[in-house]
Amino acid sequence: MSDAHALSHASPGDNRPPLQFLVRGEHHPQNATLLGFWIYLMSDCLIFACLFATYGVLGRNYAAGPTGADLFDLPLVAINTALLLLSSITFGFAMLEMQRKRLNGTLLWLGITGLFGVAFLGVELYEFAHLIHVGAGPQRSGFLTAFFALVGTHGLHVLFGIIWLATLMVQLRRHGLIPANTRRLFCLSMFWHFLDVIWIGVFTFVYLMGVL
Amino acid sequence: MFDQLDLTTLLFGRLTWESFPYHDPIIVATFVVVAIGGLAMLALVTRYRLWGYLWNEWFTTIDHKKIGIMYMILGIIMLLRGFADAIMMRIQQAIAFDGSMGYLPPEHYDQIFTAHGVIMIFFVAMPMVTGLMNYVVPLQIGARDVAFPFLNNFSFWMTTSGAVLLMVSLFVGEFAKTGWLAYPPLSGILQSPGVGVDYYIWSLQIAGVGTLLSGINLLVTIVKMRAPGMTMMKMPVFTWTSLCTNVLIVAAFPVLTAVLGMLTLDRYLGTAFFTNDLGGNAMMYINLIWIWGHPEVYILILPLFGVFSEVVSTYSGKRLFGYASMVYATVVITVLSYLVWLHHFFTMGSGASVNSFFGITTMIISIPTGAKIFNWLFTMYRGRIQFEVPMLWTMGFIVTFVIGGMTGVLLAVPPADFVLHNSLFLVAHFHNVIIGGVLFGLFAGITYWFPKAFGYKLDPFWGKVSFWCWLVGFWLAFMPLYVLGLMGVTRRMSHFDDSSLQIWFQIAAFGAFLIAIGIAAFLFQFVVSYRRRESLRDTTGDPWNGRTLEWSTSSPPPAYNFAFTPQVHDIDAWWQMKQHGFQRPQAGFLPVHMPKNTGAGIILAGISTVLGFALIWHMWLLAGASFVALLAVTIGHTFNYKRDYYIPADEVARVESERTRMLAEHV
Amino acid sequence: MSLSNSLRGLLLLLPLALLAGCDMVVMSPSGDVALQQRDLIVWSTILMLLVIVPVIVLTFWFAWRYRAGNADATYEPDWDHSTVLELVIWSVPLLIIIALGAMTWVSTHQLDPYRPLERIDAQRPIPDGVEPLVIEVVAMDWKWLFLYPEQGIATINEVAAPVDRPIRFKITSSTMMNSFFIPALAGQIYAMAGMETKLHAVINKEGVYEGFSANYSGAGFSDMRFRFHGLSEHDFDAWVAKNREEGVPLDREHYLALEQPSHDEPVHRFASVEPDLYEAILNRCVQPGSLCMKDMMAIDMLRARNLCGIDDALRFLGKTSLDDIVGLRPAVSY
Repeated sequence: MSDAHALSHASPGDNRPPLQFLVRGEHHPQNATLLGFWIYLMSDCLIFACLFATYGVLGRNYAAGPTGADLFDLPLVAINTALLLLSSITFGFAMLEMQRKRLNGTLLWLGITGLFGVAFLGVELYEFAHLIHVGAGPQRSGFLTAFFALVGTHGLHVLFGIIWLATLMVQLRRHGLIPANTRRLFCLSMFWHFLDVIWIGVFTFVYLMGVL
Repeated sequence: MFDQLDLTTLLFGRLTWESFPYHDPIIVATFVVVAIGGLAMLALVTRYRLWGYLWNEWFTTIDHKKIGIMYMILGIIMLLRGFADAIMMRIQQAIAFDGSMGYLPPEHYDQIFTAHGVIMIFFVAMPMVTGLMNYVVPLQIGARDVAFPFLNNFSFWMTTSGAVLLMVSLFVGEFAKTGWLAYPPLSGILQSPGVGVDYYIWSLQIAGVGTLLSGINLLVTIVKMRAPGMTMMKMPVFTWTSLCTNVLIVAAFPVLTAVLGMLTLDRYLGTAFFTNDLGGNAMMYINLIWIWGHPEVYILILPLFGVFSEVVSTYSGKRLFGYASMVYATVVITVLSYLVWLHHFFTMGSGASVNSFFGITTMIISIPTGAKIFNWLFTMYRGRIQFEVPMLWTMGFIVTFVIGGMTGVLLAVPPADFVLHNSLFLVAHFHNVIIGGVLFGLFAGITYWFPKAFGYKLDPFWGKVSFWCWLVGFWLAFMPLYVLGLMGVTRRMSHFDDSSLQIWFQIAAFGAFLIAIGIAAFLFQFVVSYRRRESLRDTTGDPWNGRTLEWSTSSPPPAYNFAFTPQVHDIDAWWQMKQHGFQRPQAGFLPVHMPKNTGAGIILAGISTVLGFALIWHMWLLAGASFVALLAVTIGHTFNYKRDYYIPADEVARVESERTRMLAEHV
Repeated sequence: MSLSNSLRGLLLLLPLALLAGCDMVVMSPSGDVALQQRDLIVWSTILMLLVIVPVIVLTFWFAWRYRAGNADATYEPDWDHSTVLELVIWSVPLLIIIALGAMTWVSTHQLDPYRPLERIDAQRPIPDGVEPLVIEVVAMDWKWLFLYPEQGIATINEVAAPVDRPIRFKITSSTMMNSFFIPALAGQIYAMAGMETKLHAVINKEGVYEGFSANYSGAGFSDMRFRFHGLSEHDFDAWVAKNREEGVPLDREHYLALEQPSHDEPVHRFASVEPDLYEAILNRCVQPGSLCMKDMMAIDMLRARNLCGIDDALRFLGKTSLDDIVGLRPAVSY
């Protein structure tokens, strides 16, 4: 290295090897996007934490109105839970296909994941429509307000997840499994599993504990 | 909501001619001044053909330095608005005695104190703190930019979008009349049916997106992009405090988003989160908003603690005393800031044990804070202190802040708080710490890093004028408020009966006028410094004999910050390099990989502004259209894969040899 | 020179003169509770000044001693650590906070507004057989309603109590959150709709004192003020009699009219009060036919435990149908 002398400096008055004050070449961070997205998910998790806390405070303020036991159709919700859990598994398959560099397999499993997501949303919307129809809308009581806010926010997240998934599928078809796309897949995968974890909380805390 | 679905309401929602406050002379006059000023500005920009320059070099930039500067400009502009509110309140309270209602009717006065609080916290202190971190942190850690440069630009424009929306409320409709935290039931739809609270909600929500994303961005930047060798315990203290602040942002702002979201649902859908009836609970709002609100206070002050640390050690020509304890103190404050929120409402009746717990945790925070102040003192001890302007601000800070800290601890004693809560004593306390801490710190930081950003120092004379006006003005404006608080005067009053109070309000108003002169001097300082820039020029890149890496590069730094990534061995990396006779390399440059500018940030933020406005006024058609547009542009942006480019090695070599020439000429 | 010096001296004295002239009610209150709160402020301040004053002195001293121009001062650019000094730095604030924390814990419990008083003032315990005077307080938009269940009277924007008799305030609000505060008497406490807060206090000196809302509650907030009269036993009886003579009856209908927002309300007097009016205000069921919060919450509690269906809940409450307690009839059949 011709300019090695310029990059290092002897400490005055000692015989230790001279300190290097500069490094050559690019110094790029590793996995910054994944870390950043993880932090974002944690902040999102705090929003859900607030909604859970709110449900904890308001969840029994029925205002002399219907309770969870009156309203929730547990088998339907169990089916919905299964749909979402399955979609996480199929997303896992998509990631495995991605690791094996198989574009079509990845797209296929992503498509199936998306369908499960749509089915989940469909059932949720049906449930909401039914509740509002029988007069148990979000305005009825503190309990229903907190319920609709918590479950609805989760549903909105699933909706955006589906939009993202569809977009990413188009991008995958266009550019293939390039590093930028695999990074996005990793992020979406984290997002999707995160929603699953939240839903397990919702299912336990809201539905099971509300009915049983 | 949908029963009168005619075209006018579909298009304009609640907006009618009556929404424009043309019958209020104060607002009309303000509007005329703003409109003339704005038109003149636009005309000048067009006249000098600056649109292209502004768009290419500033609006679409992803350079953290330019974004940092834009944040500072936003903060300074909003400071003028927030301060105008302050002076109006001071005048009102100084004259509204003996049956006089003053010149501001309650519905106007109530908007002013709400806007003052919201603007000063969200659109002055936050942008300026973020701007400072944005500018300095990557330079201090030897990085070329932040981790997500596009996100940085987007964050800035979202913050601006929130500010724009808030400013629009001045001329279209009204702002909230609820106080800066919009407690329900007052902020509920039954008690505040107007658009004021909706302006409040949407400007904070939109700006909040920016704040959160910028928090994540800087957090990842500090964790991932430090120069090799810079272990956590070798980070400059400002970077440490920024790290803690961004941790707080990421962990606190979602709570604000959530709680404002719930208030939105209460107002738009008629849900029962915080209502008096149907099982709502307003106390939950107050708890949640302070779970965000108290960390927010530390989000604002921590980076400025970092600034004071840098300033004290630089101008004392000495290593910072007790680096490790400084770091631990910062971390302890970060954690504790989540355990004190209830001290904002001891008077809600939580019970003695709960109140004592939160009172004592609050007091515990003063231990690390006290340790920090002693550390600064012992950094000065056996130093060679140069009283440049940033050092003056620091001295002013120490003396002012300890008093504010003392009254703060006093307020943390629940039985004392029962008589002082919501009084002008409280108002004096938090201005004491926010002006004495945050604002003095910002002025110190601006003066300290200005030569780095622009290549010339700020004129010290006008800096000193500004400092003394602020310091004396502050004491005159707020000491009377302490006294008034002890006289049992509560806050947010628009007029008074007891005329013996008047003299104190008049002194306070005089103090506020001194502060006005301080602000004018601060602005004038920029003009004078610009005109004298040749004699104030910093050719070395290191005008203060600095200690950290930002002083190792030129002033202003090149787009890529560092031609070679530094290798760090010591806390005061640049100081050590100087001690070892470091020589800049003259050859062997490599191309630099850099991100490309993009207009997506400003476009998305622009659409968000429209969306916010449409939601405020219930213009459902426009709201739907702008939401779809927002989604489309976001998705469209993700289809852009070509986001980077290389600065060729020749270009780097040219810039660096230019600097070599400049250094040689001015030795 | 001497003129400017004496001028400066005068300027320095000016604030002191002003301070002497003003009436710092928080620092010289007339009620035992507020007096103890005052003492707490004074002692905490003294305790903290133990560290604040040295810090300020050190700041100026170091700044002067180690200014760049002073070549005599020692300069040690690399001195950045001293274990002993750091121990001192951390332990001094720690010790003060330990002392202050102990004081806080004890005083917060002692001066808990919910805790019935044990003394009239520093010298006198409460005599046997003296029951506190109960005053029910309702913060309204934007005025204060005071109900005296013992005397059966009520007032708006004026309240009175006999000197040296403990008072128990029961506080609620019609809509907004306000804060009930008489600085000369005792600290404040929030008034919130649908909830009851309590405040125990005693006034030790006769006099007329300012009271007001200390929590901003909307347009009429600045005028939401009242007078608190500390009266002798005899004068208090006369005051009660005056209310009975001059006042009108306060019934639900009248209350609902009063509930409408109003500014700068004059003093009203009520000679009698409809029974359970305060309970109805607290439970948000003054409007005939509306479901009281306590009934609603009782139903909710039973339902939350899955103890019963809605019909059982009604029976449990001693009602036959929802119509008995209703207003908010559940819209669902289930």
